[in-house]
Amino acid sequence: MENLHLVLPEIFLSLSIMFLLILGVFKKNSSRLVQSLSLAALIVTAVITFNETIGINETKLFNNSIVIDYLSSLMKIITLLATFLVLIISSNYLKTFQIFKIEYPILILSSVLGMMVMINSNDLIVFYMGLELQSLALYVLATFNRDQIKSSEAGLKYFVLSALSSGLLLYGCSLIYGFTGSTNFNVIANQLNSNEYALTFGIVFILVGLAFKISAVPFHMWAPDVYEGSPTSVTLFFTMVPKIAALTVFIRFLYVPFLNLIDQWQMILIFLSIASMLFGAIAAIGQTNLKRLVAYSSIGHVGYALAGVAAGTNDGIQSSVIYITIYVLMNLGLFSCLLMLKRDNNYYEKIDDLSGLSKNHPMLALSLLIILFSLAGIPPLAGFFAKFYVFKAVIEQSMYFLAIVGLLSTVVAAFYYLRLIKIMYFDEQKEKYDTDHGFWLKFSLTASTLLILIYFIFPSQLIEVVSRINII
Amino acid sequence: MNFPILSSLILLPSIGALFLFFTKSDKKNNFTGKYVALFTSAVNFFLSIYLWILFDPTTSEFQFVEERIWIKDLINYKVGVDGISILFILLTTFITPLCIISVNNSIKERLSEFLIAVLIMESFMIGVFCSLDLVIFYLFFEAGLIPMFLIIGIWGGARRVYSAFKFFLYTLLGSVLMLVAIITIYWLNGTTDVVELYNSGIDIKYQNLLWLAFFSSFAVKTPMWPVHTWLPDAHVEAPTAGSVLLAAILLKMAGYGFIRFSLGLFPAASEIFTPLIYTLSVIAIIFTSLMALMQEDMKKLIAYSSVAHMGYVTLGIFTIQQQGIEGSIIQMISHGLVSAALFLCVGVVYDRMHSRLIDTYGGIVSIIPKYSVLFMLFTLAALGLPGTSGFVGEFLILMGAFKDNFLVAVIASLGVIIGAAYMLWLYKRVVFGKLINTDLKQMFDLNRSELFILSCLAVPTLFFGFYPDPLINTIEVSISDLIDQYNFGVASKT
Repeated sequence: MENLHLVLPEIFLSLSIMFLLILGVFKKNSSRLVQSLSLAALIVTAVITFNETIGINETKLFNNSIVIDYLSSLMKIITLLATFLVLIISSNYLKTFQIFKIEYPILILSSVLGMMVMINSNDLIVFYMGLELQSLALYVLATFNRDQIKSSEAGLKYFVLSALSSGLLLYGCSLIYGFTGSTNFNVIANQLNSNEYALTFGIVFILVGLAFKISAVPFHMWAPDVYEGSPTSVTLFFTMVPKIAALTVFIRFLYVPFLNLIDQWQMILIFLSIASMLFGAIAAIGQTNLKRLVAYSSIGHVGYALAGVAAGTNDGIQSSVIYITIYVLMNLGLFSCLLMLKRDNNYYEKIDDLSGLSKNHPMLALSLLIILFSLAGIPPLAGFFAKFYVFKAVIEQSMYFLAIVGLLSTVVAAFYYLRLIKIMYFDEQKEKYDTDHGFWLKFSLTASTLLILIYFIFPSQLIEVVSRINII
Repeated sequence: MNFPILSSLILLPSIGALFLFFTKSDKKNNFTGKYVALFTSAVNFFLSIYLWILFDPTTSEFQFVEERIWIKDLINYKVGVDGISILFILLTTFITPLCIISVNNSIKERLSEFLIAVLIMESFMIGVFCSLDLVIFYLFFEAGLIPMFLIIGIWGGARRVYSAFKFFLYTLLGSVLMLVAIITIYWLNGTTDVVELYNSGIDIKYQNLLWLAFFSSFAVKTPMWPVHTWLPDAHVEAPTAGSVLLAAILLKMAGYGFIRFSLGLFPAASEIFTPLIYTLSVIAIIFTSLMALMQEDMKKLIAYSSVAHMGYVTLGIFTIQQQGIEGSIIQMISHGLVSAALFLCVGVVYDRMHSRLIDTYGGIVSIIPKYSVLFMLFTLAALGLPGTSGFVGEFLILMGAFKDNFLVAVIASLGVIIGAAYMLWLYKRVVFGKLINTDLKQMFDLNRSELFILSCLAVPTLFFGFYPDPLINTIEVSISDLIDQYNFGVASKT
């Protein structure tokens, strides 16, 4: 066990969670302290991950059931940083609803731990364990505002549907185990016999489960309701962090054991991708609630990220990692804006509430304008480059249909982003919102907007970071 | 390395915009804000004049080339000018300061934001005309949508939302296919550098589809019939300065794109699709001229006339004759000056009477004589009277067309007659006739800034009408080499 230091981040995080739980139980009114310590734990975990694992070659531990390589380290760091920002900007929101409790950061940390296990997994059982750990924490988080009926409904809905998808996923795992005699990704890859159609069924079942977690069409039904019902800060977490982990599992599950069956799963991914892009774009047009709109837009964005995975090359994987990173950045900015729409201890989340924002809050409106144009993929903003890399990888594989449908759906999607801009800039102004936002909220909005805006000056940096991902 | 003059041209307006952004925008500072904007754009204009002086017209090589690694192993930031692009840069830097002066009268609120949008627009437009890399070109080409969308949407008229959306979605829809084509070219040739692509050529098997993808984008932007319908809406609702930018510069990006990319990169495909362009151009000339005849809104009339004029431009480009392409470029420059002036003329009476309907006016010649004289001049330039720049362009285009296809040329010439009809009829109804509407008596003549802007536009219109040599000298060599390259491309691939 000389390589134990490679799982030090996970070990540290689990110990911190246990410690914080005990601390929270024994010390009264310690929610602020727990929150700060959780933030510190996230940062320390990220630093440990960076120090211990970022530069090393692919290493497998615990009977090859977990794998530490560049992809997993990078995705873990992105997950941790995103979680850090979510946690730090949500405290004001939670205080407003008087749900600023010790459970919140602890649950978030547990689900992050689950995600880290997922990202590391090189074995179906380990993967499933991580998945369930993160899901269980997420169910509770969705109902976190338990006095509100919508929040409870969201949690219950998420629980029931998610349990169903986990069931399908497990069934897929058992099929694969039955036909290859192992749950280990590498062993499966060696035992693979492409004539076994039941094996394909296994892949399909697992893909269904994963597509559900990442809310790709046609397994997206839960997303709008859950996103709308959950507390906004939890919605922010839902739209970003679990997707990073699920995408990593997508990549590893498809490319490590089943690369030789690419013909079988590529069609499924292309379908998922096209359906998500189109449906996300079209369904968002009719929405009046900002959180539901974001839900549909995130369905669409998942479609673009999956398009990169569907390409079946290292370029494709890298492009979808870039996509998800930039998407996380844009979503962070978007939600920071949402969390600023507050007046007299009330948060506003209808799209009409943005009306005339540019006159009352010019800077907020300008930031939102930049973020929305970036989400729509208009150059020279970061969102355009995200799409550009994905479609470059897709066209390289001569998948023109996917590329053209994808780009046409950006035009449809542009419509609803433009509608928000129209409401902010062209419509009559309403009452002013509060301006006394916390430092971190302002910071995350400013930082994400600036990064989106000036990304085009330094586009090579991000490419360099992901260019070391090498799965195939 | 020499002074990066092109990058400065691109960056300077943006720096001005940034400066404006950080100056507080209360009522008083709007005033200084305007001078900041004016100063920046004027400096840019003189810089571009300096560029023209340094420019060597005896070669078709790209000059002032700057190249830097932008995305490693993928895209280089590369800019440069040849005879074709330099004129468009001049047009852009010339029109923008005039736009900024004109906002005095038309933009009442959020002035500094408007100026920021205009300046950023200028940056992007100059970027379009001097980028020598397809991805960089696309970047600037698309980025221009953002400020224009805001200009129409925030400062526009009653139906501004509809028009802004239509403008944005139409042009975006056209452009995304071009992005697919650009990425495809990258995978075919391993580069998006225009100069290298000129030298290596593109595989004949793919040319047709790639040409169509570029065409879809340029056709919407030009705009060609039948995808021109966004233009009248956008023009009618945009504020005067917005219409001027739209007509004078934005529409030229597509014409420039046709010359630079469609002819330059896909000669074999251009040869195949020439009949398509001819048909659409002729329909545009005749059909939209007839449409213009029946318009009741002055701005809409001029918008339709723009479509007709751009029809001549596309016709001239695809004649692949020296005269035809020269004519197209001069027609674009001339249209840039004249349509800008005409929109300003409409803006002048609109600011006073708040109506763009032709019916409102009539008999104003005795009330505002200075205005009537200048309006007359631009009307005549729009219909291509000899002695104005409009004539030079149209004449050369038709000459090129006669060499290539007699029938098309004859039909296009008929368009000239209809063009004269709607412009003169417009002028007659607005300026001459009996003074029926007594409100018009309160109108005052051009103020100093209006007079200055319109005179600035009148001088080059007349000058290039009588003496187009400076323009022709600049573009001559570039075009003849382009045609040689085109003929070589067509011959070697078939």
